[in-house]
Amino acid sequence: MKSFSEIDTTVKRASKSIGFEWGVAEELGKNIRLLEMFGLAGLKNLNSYFKIYNQKQFQKISLISKINTSTIAYCPIISGTNFLDQVINLETMDEINFENMAFPLLFLPFVSRSTEIIGKRIFLNIDEKEFLLNFNQSIYSNYLSSDIIDSAKKIKIKFIENKNTFEENEWQELYKLSEGTFVEETDQLKNSAAGAGLTDND
Amino acid sequence: MKIQLRDPKEVMKLSRLGSFHQSKLSFLRSFLQEFKNWEYKRDLLDLDENGFGIVIYSFKKKNRIYSLICFANKISDQERSDRVIATKWDAAFTLFDGVPTKQDIERLKQNVPKQEVGRLSFKELTLSRANKSVRIFDYVVECLSNGNQPDNDKLAKVGYLYRTTAVYGSGKFGLADRFRIKNREEIYGPFRLEMMLVYLVRQFTFDQVNHIAKSKNPKKAVTLDPDISRNLGIGNSTGLGMAPFIVNHPLLLNNWIMARETALKQIREIKEVKKKDVDLIINCLQNSKKNIDNWTTESEYQLLKIYNLKKDLDLLLQYFSTKFDCEKEFSYNELYIWAKNNLGEECLEFMVSVIMEPYEQITNPLIRTMSADEEKFFTIPIEKTILDLKKVLELKYSDILKIDFKKKKNNQNFWFISKNKEEPRLANRFQDEGSDLEQPLAIARDICKLYERISNEKNSLKIGNFLMNNNDLRHVVRRAFITEKFPYAEIQDNTIGSKLMPIDMLRLKLSFFGAIKFDPRSDKWLRICMFQGAPLPTELTTSDDHWVYNSIN
Repeated sequence: MKSFSEIDTTVKRASKSIGFEWGVAEELGKNIRLLEMFGLAGLKNLNSYFKIYNQKQFQKISLISKINTSTIAYCPIISGTNFLDQVINLETMDEINFENMAFPLLFLPFVSRSTEIIGKRIFLNIDEKEFLLNFNQSIYSNYLSSDIIDSAKKIKIKFIENKNTFEENEWQELYKLSEGTFVEETDQLKNSAAGAGLTDND
Repeated sequence: MKIQLRDPKEVMKLSRLGSFHQSKLSFLRSFLQEFKNWEYKRDLLDLDENGFGIVIYSFKKKNRIYSLICFANKISDQERSDRVIATKWDAAFTLFDGVPTKQDIERLKQNVPKQEVGRLSFKELTLSRANKSVRIFDYVVECLSNGNQPDNDKLAKVGYLYRTTAVYGSGKFGLADRFRIKNREEIYGPFRLEMMLVYLVRQFTFDQVNHIAKSKNPKKAVTLDPDISRNLGIGNSTGLGMAPFIVNHPLLLNNWIMARETALKQIREIKEVKKKDVDLIINCLQNSKKNIDNWTTESEYQLLKIYNLKKDLDLLLQYFSTKFDCEKEFSYNELYIWAKNNLGEECLEFMVSVIMEPYEQITNPLIRTMSADEEKFFTIPIEKTILDLKKVLELKYSDILKIDFKKKKNNQNFWFISKNKEEPRLANRFQDEGSDLEQPLAIARDICKLYERISNEKNSLKIGNFLMNNNDLRHVVRRAFITEKFPYAEIQDNTIGSKLMPIDMLRLKLSFFGAIKFDPRSDKWLRICMFQGAPLPTELTTSDDHWVYNSIN
């Protein structure tokens, strides 16, 4: 078994070798490590992408907008780097779509890391595959295969507002139960237990 | 009195970092402190009459066990080499997490002696190999087998029976990743398990030499005297492999230096100095003169440093006997100011190390701050502006921005990774091939490039937008924002200039390991000694922490 440290280092070097800048290669080392830690086939997908990277043309997007379409498949690495760098502006768009992206699994860790920057979850659809990205701490998905995904027709990114999964009445019910651990204060306790006494505003 | 931390632009110069010495913060000393109450055991000694075979040692506490598995092999003199290109060694070692099964030992027997071309698993924590000292190993065997103890003076010139040539950890060659063990209470210090490996290897060298002597002459042989054993350490031969580490781990570097600088600051802030503490410092300084006298090297560079250290040490001791006044308030601060004005870098930094000796209430909490969660600061703060970045560069890199990289001499070297051994190397950009595959270790040059690039940008431009067209400088943008938060994260010097002494970078790291007797064999390679004078494993519980200065002669 390869260690995550080996994966990080080798991916970084391979990415530089294929033509990415050192700073982007550093991002990729961390990203593939992240995918492998979450049990997703990062290395396999990257390897396949690098095999064709210099033979085919890929769309290198700079400024990401609400809807991004291209007849040439988007490069997931350039798209991902720019998504990570622009996420604060993109967040206001609520939903972002890409049509036609090569090796979309390589785009995923950039989006996952973005959730940590903006402090919001993101729901990511890669065609029919669903991923809930939770502050770069975990990924919840209906996709468990370790296959190579060489392209995606449609990628949808939805920013999820921070809100609880429960209603106020459910909270109140549970809070009421928690009160069972509190002690009713007598006058004596009010005087002595807090330390400040009753005349703490003089 | 509030003392400021020393200026990173003063401390983080390579010549200063290359003058650092071991201290109470050093990893091998904090390892011994942490493990002094663990149960030590030699679990297996299965060597033939020539000392070849397997030996296993362990440290145990409650349910946690670490086992060192040693494989001693026969190699010819021609095969023995300290260089990283070697493929065979006298002994190879791995630190195993727990108690190895027979299957584990069999698997490791096939892989550990192969080192870089073998494969380890997440059950193994560290990996190393070592060669016998040709100068003294056979001599010691000969003496012991004839019933005699070896000559102390002869041993003192070398200081060890074996020399390790590499110690690997943190996921290399399939070893366990650090995240698997980082939350263990006993592993809070950096390189702690690497230190455990080296320490137990030292015991292996004694057991092996005793075993061979006994096999050679069972009736007459004696075992190596514990006092002599204690004064032997483990040698280490180190090349450029270590140098990029301190550039590639800015946060870790910051935390090491910050701990040292904070210790110095807190000691300078002591208002009332106790005489017994000063006596301990003076005692350590006096005892260390013996160590320094035994510090042998053929390197002119190091000889000059040792000469200056000896000369300045006399001045320092003179200061303690004539000027240092315990009755005066803040006398350590006064001492430091005097030392800064009167001592060279080598002795100044030696003094900084030695004055920590009485103050474990200061150093112990700092040891806990010397690891780093580097992932936490990896992401570039895209919401900041060019003006923010400009301010960081002007404030944190002002000396570096003065370097003119159009001058050939400032741009002379480049760092690369050798295809043969996957190890870092340094070459001349104007004479050697390969600069197109340069590693991103020319931080000073790239910072200057970044500063020039942003001078044409609008101050209000967000970093995220700047990176859209400037990803070639992404690696230094990341560093700049790390350095903004962590003042000692960056070497404030040129790592590719013609005057670069790479051994300064090695010495910085090795001093934090706790190495002594730096012996440069060239400007890129040096030998050192570790654990010389340290208590033996059976003495750990009763040992004191000042052994570094006490017992070496």
